[in-house]
Amino acid sequence: MTLEARGISFHYGRKRVLNDVSFTLADGRFHALLGPNGAGKSTLFGLLTRLLALQQGDILLGGVSLKRQPATAMHQIGVVFQQNALDLDLTVQQNLMYHAGLHGMSLKESRLRCARELERFELSERAGTPVRQLNGGHRRRVEIARALLHQPSILLLDEPSVGLDVPSRETLNRHVRQLCDDSGLTVLWATHLIEEVRPDDQILILHQGRLLADSDGHSLCRDKGTSSLAETFRTLTGEEVS
Amino acid sequence: MSLQHYWFCFLAIQTREWRRFWQQRTRFVSALVRPLLWLMVFAAGFRAVLGVSIIPPYQTYITYETYIAPGLCAMIILFNSMQGALSMVYDRELGSMRVLLMSPLPRPFLLITKLLAMGVVSVGQVYIFLLIARLIDVEPPAWGYLAILPALAMTALMLGALGLLIATWIKQLENFAGVMNFVIFPMFFLSSALYPLWKMQEASPWLYWICQFNPFTHAVESIRFALYLQWDTEAYVTTTAVTVVLCALATAGFRPQRTRILGTRTGGN
Repeated sequence: MTLEARGISFHYGRKRVLNDVSFTLADGRFHALLGPNGAGKSTLFGLLTRLLALQQGDILLGGVSLKRQPATAMHQIGVVFQQNALDLDLTVQQNLMYHAGLHGMSLKESRLRCARELERFELSERAGTPVRQLNGGHRRRVEIARALLHQPSILLLDEPSVGLDVPSRETLNRHVRQLCDDSGLTVLWATHLIEEVRPDDQILILHQGRLLADSDGHSLCRDKGTSSLAETFRTLTGEEVS
Repeated sequence: MSLQHYWFCFLAIQTREWRRFWQQRTRFVSALVRPLLWLMVFAAGFRAVLGVSIIPPYQTYITYETYIAPGLCAMIILFNSMQGALSMVYDRELGSMRVLLMSPLPRPFLLITKLLAMGVVSVGQVYIFLLIARLIDVEPPAWGYLAILPALAMTALMLGALGLLIATWIKQLENFAGVMNFVIFPMFFLSSALYPLWKMQEASPWLYWICQFNPFTHAVESIRFALYLQWDTEAYVTTTAVTVVLCALATAGFRPQRTRILGTRTGGN
């Protein structure tokens, strides 16, 4: 499923955080949203997930407007937020069941889907473990499992690797790419780390609320006459990349 | 979305609230200790000072303990609702509120269901309080326990909506503690929970009018009358009307961007 953002602008009071941002996420592809801290990534995620109300522009999911038909559109989105959004005192299974219920699934269906996602993310043995007892990497896996529980077509991840060590970051990144390849999921992975982006990815560069690039890595480098993504990023934004 | 979806969502929110409540069992005890202290210590001390004459719904002279029991029921709900609102601020700061709001079901439904879930926990506490109160001779008619259920539910929803309304405008947990002092205590003391309003009128007419305008007074009276199998139309109508208005304001006014719901300060990235 495609996601299309059209002319999105957003401001907090007088401070403009997003300025006429438009892009399209292609069906079944991995997209990297690259931008330094303060670029407007979290605000953009807030708008894509309806946690923030659109002030200008529209977002279409498979042609369905998030503004006009939020219920239909929201059902197509799975989200992993930058900060932990799990209930630490509940077990892994209870967290997933809660999410399933919020999407209107029956108990039987919830249990089935929980079991399937737990197995897919190799978490079956930890189903009864309180989330508080899991390490950062496992918590992230639970969050992704939860985001996919209602079988969305689009997965949005807002800096999912924050707080993880390098091996866990790589595993997580690999895992999500695998999901994208295997199940045709459309993925938007926001990050400020260039090492999480590959030249084959569709790359969106956000800087000071403006979208500076929307192309695959190879084309970007070719167009800017640069030899690496880091150099392209530097050329476009004037900032060093992490 | 079918009715079934709403029902499963309703169940999920209820279940989570009970699970959270079970994990915070000390909250249950502390929520009961407070009204029991008022009932057993405060009321015993003031029994001689505050004689209560025959006023509806009572048909004879009553002890002070009997008089304040309905007020203490409402107090349990008041404290719980505000604590529930506090937990919503806490949820928001931790991010679990985001999970709730990501549901495809309408936001007013999600918020009202959350308030109801918190209310069910409060009502359970009220019943345990009334059972303990029976041991010290606060003995309403047996059917009274059933008759108060709608009044308790309405009070819980009204105060929950008030808590949500306040929580919407509170950006941080620390600020919320301050607001508690400006909501809970004035609401409780400026009501008929601890003393009949005619006594207040004798002492200060303007305080009496403030008490009359306080919706908490009407919530207390609706519980008091129902507990003794009587009907106070004015109290019910006022409580219902205020509940509807507060629910509408709280759900319509709920704007995540007013808060730190994205995990960053508003005006951040």
